[in-house]
Amino acid sequence: MEEMKIGYDLVIDEIPEGSRVLDLGCGDGTLLKLLQEQKNVSGFGVEISEEGVSQCVEKGVYCYQADIDEGLSDYRDNSFDYVILNQTIQNTKRPDYVIKEVLRIGKKSIVSFPNFGYYRTRAYLMFKGTMPVSKLLPYQWYDSPNIHLLTIKDMIRMANDFSFSIISEKHFSLSGVDRSNVINAAPNLLAEYGFFVITSIES
Amino acid sequence: MTKKEKEPEHTSAGIVKTEYFTFCEPPHPLKLSNGRKLGPITLAYETCGTLNENKSNAVLILHALSGDAHAAGYHSDKDKAPGWWETYIGPGKAFDTDKYFIICSNVIGGCSGSTGPASINPVTGKPYALDFPMVTISDMVNAQKRLIDHLGIKKLLSVAGGSMGGMQALQWTISYPDMVESCIGIATSASLSAQGIALNEVGRQSIFNDPKWNSGNYYDSSLPKAGLSLARMIGHITYLSEKHMHEKFGRKFQDSANAGNDMNPEFMVESYLRHQGVKFVERFDANSYIYITRAIDHFDLRADYGGSLTAAFENVSANYLIISFTTDWLYPTGNSKEIVRALRVNGKNVNYTDIETDNGHDAFLLPNDLLEKNIKNFLKSELKKSEI
Repeated sequence: MEEMKIGYDLVIDEIPEGSRVLDLGCGDGTLLKLLQEQKNVSGFGVEISEEGVSQCVEKGVYCYQADIDEGLSDYRDNSFDYVILNQTIQNTKRPDYVIKEVLRIGKKSIVSFPNFGYYRTRAYLMFKGTMPVSKLLPYQWYDSPNIHLLTIKDMIRMANDFSFSIISEKHFSLSGVDRSNVINAAPNLLAEYGFFVITSIES
Repeated sequence: MTKKEKEPEHTSAGIVKTEYFTFCEPPHPLKLSNGRKLGPITLAYETCGTLNENKSNAVLILHALSGDAHAAGYHSDKDKAPGWWETYIGPGKAFDTDKYFIICSNVIGGCSGSTGPASINPVTGKPYALDFPMVTISDMVNAQKRLIDHLGIKKLLSVAGGSMGGMQALQWTISYPDMVESCIGIATSASLSAQGIALNEVGRQSIFNDPKWNSGNYYDSSLPKAGLSLARMIGHITYLSEKHMHEKFGRKFQDSANAGNDMNPEFMVESYLRHQGVKFVERFDANSYIYITRAIDHFDLRADYGGSLTAAFENVSANYLIISFTTDWLYPTGNSKEIVRALRVNGKNVNYTDIETDNGHDAFLLPNDLLEKNIKNFLKSELKKSEI
């Protein structure tokens, strides 16, 4: 997958100085490196590819090679200030399990994903009648890692069933490769990406 | 184990000299894990590279079962074979001798210059043989600690090794948390599997069953070469993967003209194993083989901490690079993942990767770009962090 800095600016804005952060599906470690440099976080990454881990080691980011669907149960409750699922949840085999574990091990979690409810994606399916292939979803159905696509509304509905509360929503579209424009009006239709900060800790 | 030819783009650490450090002279013997005492102790060690002014660039290399202090370089101009980790230690290599001060010592219980069962027992004036006390991985580390003190190094940038060397590296971070900045554990484990113990035991039995072994008392007569070489042959089978062995030898005959006519080696794999066995007895002591395999078998970080591996790593302060190989069945991936898990649960800094290779356990000694790159980058960033 090409390394796009999708939503990095929003994640960096959200995370306070000195937090303990776990980035699930951290890729080449760029986001964690930026968080270390700009927010002085203690960062840890999980990445499925040998190459990704190697790139993290090169950057001085601690990362271990694993499938995110495995191994989260090892962490103690609330071990992290933030768990990041940036463009990752739709790639997991068991998003339900991952979300539950993430809520348990992180005080807060950032979940960001391509919004399948985005109007152009809807239109693509409606008019072409095939699975949407676009800049947002750059794969054919048969080679796509996106095995659990969802919409912003799906995530909101999940809050009830999985007993978490949504602390903030900053759904966005990209301008350029790494600038996020937050979409406040009708985000499920107009935002390319969903962005949630969630918690299971009752306030 | 196979050694790589020198590559033209890499240079070697050059001529290295074995040095000796003797300590724990009477009346101050080293107290071993089992309560017995050992002294005086000599450690054979070699160094390459230069210790910097802050003494912050020292890396301790720990060797595996059959290794020694001679990790890199050559002993003389005429020396044909370099040290056992020449592939990874030298100028510009993973353990870059232009940047780091590399130290490697022979373990206690060994037979390559350090005190072991073949050394003279000061009480009797004869070789210790089986009077040599049982030593553990932890004892090996405690002896190394004295050497590091002797060299005036307060904190090691890294402790690194594969297989039993990795066990020592892990033990270092637990025994002396304040003395190690980082740890590189390759193809290693917090304890050897039952299968591994079983294979070590078959190796030991082959030595015990050699009449020349004579309950360990063979130093003034002929050596139990048959037993030791058989043990080594068994060992070699465990270091290779099925696939690697198939690719390396297949069913090829050594001498097809003579195939099936007598009991001489027919298949290439047979002749390879016999060659490894014969070569080994020239340089290794059978009693050392017994003591060191026992130390490996008994190593168990979980048992040391009341059955919890998590507890074992609770107070470590090193940062870790753990690496396993997909086809290693002697120290399988799962063993490394257990270590990584225990470190993670404790919130420790750990890098882990499972490198895809056909080379089995032996992979840590063979050229591998990813292994080289990961070690190099890890050390680079650990040095940088240690200087902040």
